[in-house]
Amino acid sequence: MTAKRRSTQSPLSTQRRFGSAAFASTAFKDGTRQTRREFLKGAGGALVVCFSASALEPFAFAQGRGGAGQRSSVDARLLDSWIGIAADGSVTAHTGKCELGQGIQTAQAQLIAEELSVAVDRVKLVMCDTAICPDQGTTSGSQSHPANFNHANLALACATAREALIDLAATRLAVPRDAIVVERGVASVRGDRNKSVTYGELVGGRSFSLPVNANATRKQPREWTVLGKPMPRVDLPAMATAQLEYVHNVRVPGMVHGAVVRPPEVGAALEGVDEASVRNLPGFIKVVVRKNFVGVVAEKPWQAIRAAAALKATWSAGSGLPRQADFYDYLRTQPSRDTLVVDSQDVDETASRAATIVKATYRHPYQMHGSMGSSCGVADVQADRITVWSSTQSAYPTRSGVATLLGVPVERVRVVFTRGSGCYGINGADTVAYDAALLSHGVGRPVRVQLSRKDEMAWENYGFAYVIDQQVALDASGTIIAWHHESWAPSLGGRPGYDTPGNVVTGMLAGFEPAPFAPRSPAPAPAGRFNNGANAAPSYVTGCVAGVCGGTGTVKSERVLTHTIRSPFFTGPLRSPSRLQNTFAHESFIDEIAARLKADPVAYRLRHLHDPRLIEVVKAAAKAAAWESRPSPRPSPGAVAHGRGIACVLYEGDNGYCALVAEVDVDRASGGIAVKRLVASQDCGPISSPDGMKNQIEGGALQGMSRALGEAVTWDDKKVTSVDWRTYHSLTLGADLPAIESVLINQPDGEAMGAGETTITLVAAAIGNAVFDATGARLREVPFTPERVKAALENV
Amino acid sequence: MPISLRVNGRPHTVDVDPQTPLLYVLSDDLALRGPKFGCGLGQCGACTVIARGRAIRSCVTPVSAVEGADLVTLEGLGTIESPHPLQRAFIEHQAAQCGFCLNGVILTAKAFLDQNPKATDAQIRQAMSGVLCRCFTNVRMLDAIKQYREKTA
Repeated sequence: MTAKRRSTQSPLSTQRRFGSAAFASTAFKDGTRQTRREFLKGAGGALVVCFSASALEPFAFAQGRGGAGQRSSVDARLLDSWIGIAADGSVTAHTGKCELGQGIQTAQAQLIAEELSVAVDRVKLVMCDTAICPDQGTTSGSQSHPANFNHANLALACATAREALIDLAATRLAVPRDAIVVERGVASVRGDRNKSVTYGELVGGRSFSLPVNANATRKQPREWTVLGKPMPRVDLPAMATAQLEYVHNVRVPGMVHGAVVRPPEVGAALEGVDEASVRNLPGFIKVVVRKNFVGVVAEKPWQAIRAAAALKATWSAGSGLPRQADFYDYLRTQPSRDTLVVDSQDVDETASRAATIVKATYRHPYQMHGSMGSSCGVADVQADRITVWSSTQSAYPTRSGVATLLGVPVERVRVVFTRGSGCYGINGADTVAYDAALLSHGVGRPVRVQLSRKDEMAWENYGFAYVIDQQVALDASGTIIAWHHESWAPSLGGRPGYDTPGNVVTGMLAGFEPAPFAPRSPAPAPAGRFNNGANAAPSYVTGCVAGVCGGTGTVKSERVLTHTIRSPFFTGPLRSPSRLQNTFAHESFIDEIAARLKADPVAYRLRHLHDPRLIEVVKAAAKAAAWESRPSPRPSPGAVAHGRGIACVLYEGDNGYCALVAEVDVDRASGGIAVKRLVASQDCGPISSPDGMKNQIEGGALQGMSRALGEAVTWDDKKVTSVDWRTYHSLTLGADLPAIESVLINQPDGEAMGAGETTITLVAAAIGNAVFDATGARLREVPFTPERVKAALENV
Repeated sequence: MPISLRVNGRPHTVDVDPQTPLLYVLSDDLALRGPKFGCGLGQCGACTVIARGRAIRSCVTPVSAVEGADLVTLEGLGTIESPHPLQRAFIEHQAAQCGFCLNGVILTAKAFLDQNPKATDAQIRQAMSGVLCRCFTNVRMLDAIKQYREKTA
């Protein structure tokens, strides 16, 4: 759960391919087909396809993080794979990073408009259609922006195209290329605007037939006219007027409807299905069984749901579940896979000469993605080609997963990304795509499946539960001289990737195993470079591995040991996976240490930080919140206590700086926490879309608040019991809201970093620290329910 | 059995089991994109439609219960070119992330403010307390709803 995906090189292909014969065309839902060739032609003019393999050789394919192994038939090294310009000058761009609600469609449109010097409304973006878009792996990890905005991929393709257009214009207008200026899709001669030619006239409808140029010159942030400015979401008018097509709205000719029947208990196996129990129901078509996968297909959605409910299926007893009340203790006793993130090998020796040792243990429950819309997929499985419409974050891996599931060559499968309900990591989109594929395969017709609320919630890949022990050694002056962090977290399955359909429930039910769990203890010594991708190491240590220090802090004696345990439930990346849980423990603990020393929480943090950008966000948040320098707590008398707390992080060790100040009221009698104000400061490099960034900060702050105050997966001895919005407690639109303020720190010359997961990482710690400031009561277990707050108040 | 419905001012006749929840008739038989399945339990608001001026949960309302009623879905309010003032307020405030909840948020707020044009902020929050936005775009959504209240009051 800590590994960061790095790109891999694939062999150069020697000719442009449009995919296999089975996939040379674009499937439209009205049943018509269009080839990519026609697709470009449709934008006007003839298409010329030619280039030589040698043209590619000098070009080293640059892949941003979060990229992938290029298993797509679309060659990302070619400019035409990314950008097409029609005769009317409109731009069609193909990207492997898709809109999940985070605003990346708009930000990418801004990027394209900026780098190509065209108007934003002339840009059409095709996202994550595996037949016509470059494979950029999964849209995840706050990496879409870095992957396509740093000097690679989409950004580089746009810069290459602009330079090619300038070259063509210089030739056409018979002037040197540095005499050409480009603006809004028109190239003209500097000082003589009458001499001009449009992009449409230069290349309209024809291909560039060029490799993406790794040395193409990007625009400097100071030249930006589109990027860096607030840009209204390009998709919002359609969303607000119900015109936007979600995957839930996809309709294919001949489409019928499926509903799945999941096991009644975790680990139950199918013993038998009585198809006769539903055969006479209206609209019934078929029961489809594959090992423990059961689904029903009917003509209409309600008929499928009724049939699934009526189907008589018998199941074995389940495997049983560990008691939830003892679960954190249970985790410590299980076989584990151990990893040392960092180990200076002197922690115990340093601790032995400490003036003071401070210890604490923190607990975080499994939480859900809990998508607003239960997940939906549509599949059309035919003998020679398979099309899946899915809101998966992983169109290309899902393509492979469907091929594996159905036992067909991957070239036969096409995944067409279609917008879905917000997913925050991995909702049921992947698994329901498999459901639809299995059912369509079973009936030979296109099938749409939408999960029930219970099936979405009882079987999704939850965010990890954690129990974390923290221990520091302090010298006589109160400076931290050693830090030991040890965590236990359960894991099972995850994102299916290219070849592990068993990582989600449908794949497992159909007979595929989750990624294997291999216990390993003791942990090997840290090797390679310091990797703080899961924020397992606190911000206050030096992070030195093999003599190279990648941390943001000053504590040299450091040991970070993680234990991964096989989870009884599927787990997966939930917005700030592990980073949030670890940071809750780190940032609560540093606060406890500061309180022990009667030190101001901001000053005490700064005393142990050396990274100037992390220091800057801490100071910026404190300043914006008018932070009063003093130790915590300062319990206020009366029925309602008021306090403030801070937390900070460099997300994933290198992907976005953030600090957050929370102000809370605590009702002593009820134990209720009212968050009154959240002030976030954020530095994620050059700001492309300021309002989009603010929207992410605000949403992250409130989602973090919902998770900190109420959200937890619950279960009994057989099954998950948090299966709807009565049993899983999310804040609603009726919630009292804090004032949310954002301080955006622009770093025009830096690399782009992620902005979607930073704020949420800090919310639980900042609120917990504020509750402590208000009352002296320390909250070490999420969620901070009134019962837990009251119990903590009694311990003060 | 044929059932007559009036949706966004247009008459429709559908031949379905009268117990079929209205949602499936609207989203499948009539192919409307506004009402959405979120929970099927009346807990989240995604399926909201306005019937006889009140916001109802179409996922738990049998289609037979609204025969003859005037139904309004999100597409019935306004268009991209000419959005309803409340839709315009959401666009102006950039009040969405994934947008899946917008149907329930906008229709619930509209039905409530149409009946209670002078509602206080607290009353608006109370009215919205059964509606979810899991992207937590709450701040902008409530700002948009308040803007609509100011402009129409």
